[in-house]
Amino acid sequence: MIRCLLLAFMATCFLTNGAAADALTGPTSRQSLNPVAIAMFLSFVAVSLGITFWAARRGTRTASDFYAAGGGLSGFQNGLAIAGDYTSAATFLGVTALIYTSGYDGMIYAIGFLVGFPMILFLIAEPLRNLGRYTFADVVAFRLSEVPVRIIAGVNTLVIVLFYLIAQMVGAGKLIELIFGLPYYAAIGVVGLLMMAYVAFGGMLATTWVQIIKAVLLLSGSVLMSILILSHFGFNLEALFSRAVELHPKGQAIMAPGGLVRDPVSAISLGTALIFGTAGLPHILMRFFTVGDARQARLSVLVATGFITVFYTLLFVLGFGAIALVSGDPAFKDAAGNLIGGTNMVALHLADQLGGSLLLGFISAVAFATILAVVSGLTLAGASAASHDLYARVIRRGQASEREEVLVSKGAAVAISLAAMGLGILFENQNIAFMVGLVFAIAASANFPIIFLSIAWRGLTTRGAVMGSLAGLILALVLVALSPGVWTATFKLGPAPFPYDNPALFSLPLAFFTTWLVSRFDRSKEAVGVRFAFDAQHVAAQTGFDRPRAPAIHH
Amino acid sequence: MDTERIAGHALFRRLAFERRCLGGVLAFAMAAVYFAYILTIALRPSLLGVPVHANSVVTWGIVVGAALLSFGFVLTAIYVLVANTRLDALSRHLQETLQ
Repeated sequence: MIRCLLLAFMATCFLTNGAAADALTGPTSRQSLNPVAIAMFLSFVAVSLGITFWAARRGTRTASDFYAAGGGLSGFQNGLAIAGDYTSAATFLGVTALIYTSGYDGMIYAIGFLVGFPMILFLIAEPLRNLGRYTFADVVAFRLSEVPVRIIAGVNTLVIVLFYLIAQMVGAGKLIELIFGLPYYAAIGVVGLLMMAYVAFGGMLATTWVQIIKAVLLLSGSVLMSILILSHFGFNLEALFSRAVELHPKGQAIMAPGGLVRDPVSAISLGTALIFGTAGLPHILMRFFTVGDARQARLSVLVATGFITVFYTLLFVLGFGAIALVSGDPAFKDAAGNLIGGTNMVALHLADQLGGSLLLGFISAVAFATILAVVSGLTLAGASAASHDLYARVIRRGQASEREEVLVSKGAAVAISLAAMGLGILFENQNIAFMVGLVFAIAASANFPIIFLSIAWRGLTTRGAVMGSLAGLILALVLVALSPGVWTATFKLGPAPFPYDNPALFSLPLAFFTTWLVSRFDRSKEAVGVRFAFDAQHVAAQTGFDRPRAPAIHH
Repeated sequence: MDTERIAGHALFRRLAFERRCLGGVLAFAMAAVYFAYILTIALRPSLLGVPVHANSVVTWGIVVGAALLSFGFVLTAIYVLVANTRLDALSRHLQETLQ
């Protein structure tokens, strides 16, 4: 089966290469085919499919293998995989481009995406690891009534995964169009088929290794580029910054906050979404079930945070390096004086400037690997929610065999990949800038409050959790629909009724308040039992002694 | 396992309390520092544009940003260190007493 897929994939490649040659004559494609990039990209694909083949042979038949790689990863491996899951090509190219155009604002953006990570560890990681098996819904369903909380958690997961996939797929399509000169549809098809293969055949094990390889490639690529940049300036940061300030049209202003953050409410709202939303992202949370114990879970966060910190810090060197080394070079500008391929290409031009076509090829392949690692993690999270939470535990009420559950999961992975391809094509020319912010707002308002309260608050009841999560989800979606990003920019309906781009400042407190209020006045018999069951859950969450006794028992 | 006996055990209560304190204090520190940074940018951005010394192009904003990036990692390291030594020791002690 794998071999068939590989052949089909090769065929797609040749076809698209032919099509790309066509596109090269067209006015829209500005990037010529780079043989080094194609060779490195093909070797990455070959290695990753080899790993998928190995993972498929090692067994993806039991649920634990498929969802959690058998739970046998080390904290270090998992930390690298989390970093690989989280750092997207959009960040790599986008933050570099943001620094290239606005300087300091790129740093504000990068910091926002980092601060959520330590919060996962401080607030939920250890109890999460001790209570759950495959999805975060396991944790919430530990003592609450299973069916309603799994429905809401499953739906939240699918909503988050689909929105995030749209953002990633559209970015991926445009990026590959630019880097490799492939047409947009072909690019979407290649990404969709590869992620389908990794997840459906290789499950968590293959996805993890794709993410680990990507993380290592991305970090080595950024370290290499940073060293090359600094070597131009005698390893003196001050010299690099001075040169950048000299060349940039905004001058010294690039060393201070610019226009990214204007009004305090929007800034705090986005900050709320980022700092609490990371702890509600299903594809990140499910990675904690792949390690043996809470100690390894801690190590995972330490490794992931360390990696992401270094990576974001290096992006800063890359961005300023691009100002200093690319902006003054007419070879990278078109006739109108704009950067060839748009500012998002600046990291690639920088690679070209620093190391010629060899480094350009390497960095292009790294960007591609980055895309694949992120979309695979998302697809796996969506497939797990569909099969484990919705199919096995809700529809079949725990009566499905493990084999059947895994089959459904593989089917769901195929369906989600197809949906992602379709949505990627549908949203090609839409304004999707709001989507990542929306994903974090939903994660912060619909997932984080119920995960946190189910661990920390004895008084939480099923009704409270369901109503609170629903309130957070609905308010986040409605406010985003009424925000400038969607109301004005996407639907062109005039001034937006809700003036802020991110809803989290309102939807997160509403979710907490609703959960508290409904739980507090829940007089049902079930609520009494749920409160009583807190002690047992608390002991399991804090000690992990009870760990093998899982909430999902297959007969 | 007799959860009621563990839940009431002094060592267990100590473990749960210390873990909650550790996580709570560190989460508060992270959130407070981050929101202070965001509010400074929104309300007094000029503060971050001041050069670190007269002849330098490097501003306090760069220094603070780099410090904030490392701050998250340092807090994470503190948590891991305390949990691996103090909390794990408490947990082992509890397990031994229960047997």
